Amino acid sequence: MATSDQTAMSTSAKTPAAEAAHPVDRSSWPLWEVFVRSARGLSHVHAGSLHAPDAEMAVRNARDLYTRRNEGVSLWVVPASAIVASDPDAKGAFFESPQGKDYRHAMYYKKSEGVKHL
Amino acid sequence: MATQTDVRDLHAVGSEEDQAGQAYFDKIIADDSRIEPADWMPEGYRKTLTRQISQHAHSEIIGMQPEANFITRAPSLKRKAILMAKVQDEAGHGLYLYSAAETLGTPREELFDQLLTGKAKYSSIFNYPALTWADMGAIGWLVDGAAIVNQVPLCRASYGPYGRAMVRVCKEESFHQRQGFEILLELANGTEAQKQMAQDAINRFYAPALMMFGPNDDESPNSQQSMRWNIKRFSNDELRQRFVGMIQEQVKVLGLTLPDDQIRFNEETGKWEYGELDWNEFYEVLKGRGPCNAQRMERRREAHENGAWVREAASAYAAKQSQKAQVA
Repeated sequence: MATSDQTAMSTSAKTPAAEAAHPVDRSSWPLWEVFVRSARGLSHVHAGSLHAPDAEMAVRNARDLYTRRNEGVSLWVVPASAIVASDPDAKGAFFESPQGKDYRHAMYYKKSEGVKHL
Repeated sequence: MATQTDVRDLHAVGSEEDQAGQAYFDKIIADDSRIEPADWMPEGYRKTLTRQISQHAHSEIIGMQPEANFITRAPSLKRKAILMAKVQDEAGHGLYLYSAAETLGTPREELFDQLLTGKAKYSSIFNYPALTWADMGAIGWLVDGAAIVNQVPLCRASYGPYGRAMVRVCKEESFHQRQGFEILLELANGTEAQKQMAQDAINRFYAPALMMFGPNDDESPNSQQSMRWNIKRFSNDELRQRFVGMIQEQVKVLGLTLPDDQIRFNEETGKWEYGELDWNEFYEVLKGRGPCNAQRMERRREAHENGAWVREAASAYAAKQSQKAQVA
């Protein structure tokens, strides 16, 4: 499951948008999370986020912001609001089940040590 | 309307949660692990980081100005292209940092507003004028150099999004410093007048660059808390001494000098020492009375206002397209 900094924030932010000293001249643009594939054969990896009015501008801005030095061959932009994150308050509880299940790892099986190609 | 009891109840619930949160937070800091946006954090930690990261972002944005002013005057097409790339990087650094600051709960518009209204500060170094082409060299070598010394330890800051932004920034910053050094090196090997120009730029930027690390340790009460929170890893003076040690060596390659005859390595303490800095000047500039404060702020507001129609057009276009999509 993908998590993102900003999505997580939106569930926990306690600071209300304060009154600006003078009116802000644009309604705030949605937040997009940016994922960059650095080379063919690799996954897209979360690089950061940006604000943009629509998907097309988000892709263009992502190119300018996150791939100025050939860092990517492909970009994904995802509206931050579309990302579903695991409950940040669950802390470890949500991920605890693998504990005590060492047998899921190859290292658990010692008797076969020294056997070739195993 | 809440009665007296209600308020007390609410407070009790909150404080129990806060206690658990604080304990978890303390453990993460003690383990030198990272705090992420959804984690509970003390209000002071959130405030300190919001201030520090947004000021850092503002500095990158204002920092575009002295160099942008020189793009048309750069001595060759290559130098123009390099300078444009550098100014574009500064904009990028500002945006990485605004994104990181936003994860702490303050919206982007509010951060912009704090800069435009003068409520927020930015690095005092950008309130000094860039007078000659050699200043582009001194800014790259000394100003970006000081920034790197400051920023490398911030890659390990306890707040995850800040550290990640700094990793990205540091990767790009070393190009900035090297291109500055090369400008100076070329001038230093040029005519006598060019050499003088390079020396003059170093003379003017040396002290302000040293002051970028902030006040002396005994004048910097917030540093202690930031170090306990693993935001800061080294004190202002430690970083400044380290920087002096680096540049006193590098300046020899240029065949130029630093305008400070008290630079020496103290064998006993193992630290670099330097002459007294004029902290009155530092505080004057910080309070807005530096040579370029008014001009920098005016340009920033102008750019923001002149760009308004572009932002509005983009919003209008996006709204129209999404309406069309709904109808179709």
